[in-house]
Amino acid sequence: MDLFEYQGKQYFARYGIPVSPGEVAVTPDEVVAAAERLGYPVVVKAQVQVGGRGKAGGIKLAADASEARAHAEAIIGMDIKGHVVKRVWVEHASDIAREYYASFTLDRGAKAHLAMVSARGGVDIEQVAEEDPLAIARLHVDPYLGFSHEQARKLVDEAGLDAEAREGAADVLVALHRCFVEGDADLVEVNPLVLTPDGRVHALDAKVTLDDNAAFRHPEWEELAAVAEMDERERLARQMGLQYVGLDGDVGIIANGAGLAMSTCDVVNQVGGRPANFLDIGGGASAEVMANALEVITSDTNVRSIFVNIFGGITRCEEVANGIVTALGRVDIAVPMVVRLDGTNADQGRQILSTVESDELITAPSMMDAARLAVELAGRAK
Amino acid sequence: MSIFVDASTKVIVHGLTGGQARFHGLRNRDYGTRVVAGVNPAKGGQEVEGIPVFATAAEARAATGATASFVAVPAKVAPASILEAAAAGVELVVCITEGIPAQDEARVYSELRHNHPGTRLIGPNCPGLISPGKCNIGITAGEIALAGGPVGIVSRSGTLTYQALYELKQMGIGVTTCVGIGGDPVPGTSFVDCLEAFEADPETRAVMMIGEIGGSEEEKAAQFVSERMTKPVVSYIAGVTAPPGRRMGHAGAIISGSKGTAQAKMEALRAAGVQVALNPTEAGQLMGEVVKAL
Repeated sequence: MDLFEYQGKQYFARYGIPVSPGEVAVTPDEVVAAAERLGYPVVVKAQVQVGGRGKAGGIKLAADASEARAHAEAIIGMDIKGHVVKRVWVEHASDIAREYYASFTLDRGAKAHLAMVSARGGVDIEQVAEEDPLAIARLHVDPYLGFSHEQARKLVDEAGLDAEAREGAADVLVALHRCFVEGDADLVEVNPLVLTPDGRVHALDAKVTLDDNAAFRHPEWEELAAVAEMDERERLARQMGLQYVGLDGDVGIIANGAGLAMSTCDVVNQVGGRPANFLDIGGGASAEVMANALEVITSDTNVRSIFVNIFGGITRCEEVANGIVTALGRVDIAVPMVVRLDGTNADQGRQILSTVESDELITAPSMMDAARLAVELAGRAK
Repeated sequence: MSIFVDASTKVIVHGLTGGQARFHGLRNRDYGTRVVAGVNPAKGGQEVEGIPVFATAAEARAATGATASFVAVPAKVAPASILEAAAAGVELVVCITEGIPAQDEARVYSELRHNHPGTRLIGPNCPGLISPGKCNIGITAGEIALAGGPVGIVSRSGTLTYQALYELKQMGIGVTTCVGIGGDPVPGTSFVDCLEAFEADPETRAVMMIGEIGGSEEEKAAQFVSERMTKPVVSYIAGVTAPPGRRMGHAGAIISGSKGTAQAKMEALRAAGVQVALNPTEAGQLMGEVVKAL
């Protein structure tokens, strides 16, 4: 889950990372009230999960109430690269002497945390990485041994931050690593990390991606998820615990396991069709899960046929078959469905399906045959 | 021969007393795997269908001489079970649990390397491994695999692993060992680890490798194949039509570079002399031709 900047800053604050005082607002009146409390000058920042807010006019400085109101009116409701601004973050403007960059992420290749620090912050860091890779100091952190203040200090020295910023930046890095690990983030990124003229170091922006797998130990995340931006179909799938990605074709896809789901999309594409979605019902899919999956698929009006591709391992085919039968009674499925079952208890599954088999529900012996049939049926329905 | 397991492998099943662990642990035993013990801290001294249950992995290993652990407990407790098994001294831990937080995975991987270098972890979030006719630890349906070789399989995806076993069986081709390494960010065992083991295994004469988008392990495998493998490799990479994955901020983009797409992986493998199929069925057919020519 990607956090909005204001959520990221609030998350940072929980781990002792200094951020500017600020408030969330959804109307111009709220913006002005927040600005009065915070004290001018303030910055009004659009809360959207897309880069380039500043260039699009989504970040403005206000010296007084009338400016704050004017900026709020312009920014709230603004469309930034397809993202409509619903809320803004109002914060007391910081005096900036220097801008740096700092982040932690997981380097899958190295199987370790990767810390990156640069004295060239406040700009597109990917461009810096391309033009001048040495401008970014990197350190792999052993996830078992952890990250010490000494390591942080060395990294800051290597990155060539200004002398007066180094101690403060090292403190921020240690807190940022704690936020990354204890906060179960996939990514924490501060760009810019600023040095103020009076020598303080704090986070002026916050990019945080949380690891959904860790939600069980973070009940506080529910509040964050409530405002997350999501495709309606994806929101419905998420509520039902399904992995769903909407695509723009007309063959609805249900498979078990991410690999098979991806492969099913590939195969549909190879035989001349276009997948409407990627949907992984996961391991141990019950009848309930299968019925939910069909409900999500049929909520997409572009779907002309459905391809259910199941290879049983932890998922038992008779449960999948029962799920399809249950779903037929619960969901109005107006398009033909091709089902391919193999693996654990496939015979039992096929037997259950044979009781409901029709022109609209066809079982196919192989993945390629099933794909061809599903694509043909989708074409015929047009 | 086989890799990582054989007919003498003795297995402890963590959480054998209930849920998925019981279902799959008993199925593994029915397949012929030597399931010698279960572990449940609250149910030491009990039995599950004749299999003794111990309170800890250390007791189970001491009493039975077990060499492997099967971890199928929920994500909240799986990291502790993996470390408990390693501390008890088993050589192999197979963890099928999905949904383990990435931070836990990274820490467990590193802790094993520091404190238990003699233990190999397979998974998490994987189907486990099977040496047909000898040993099956995990959730693979044993009947879809034909014993005897000459093919070794390594795969990141569970269901595509079954698909591969099934395609080969349809052609009457046997498998030495099939390893599902799992699709999580920090798998305990990598493609390269498995390729190295297959290269050293005299009965394995060809390898099928099934990858998917994301990360750079397939690229590393391609490098290993070009530098070290003498045996033919057939590969399939899932996700050619997948929409570009959600970019994990700038930091993620920087470390992944251009790697990670199915196209990049397929090109790297082709350049290393690997035969690359466009779907699982074609992978089976290509392997059929390779085996005929052996």
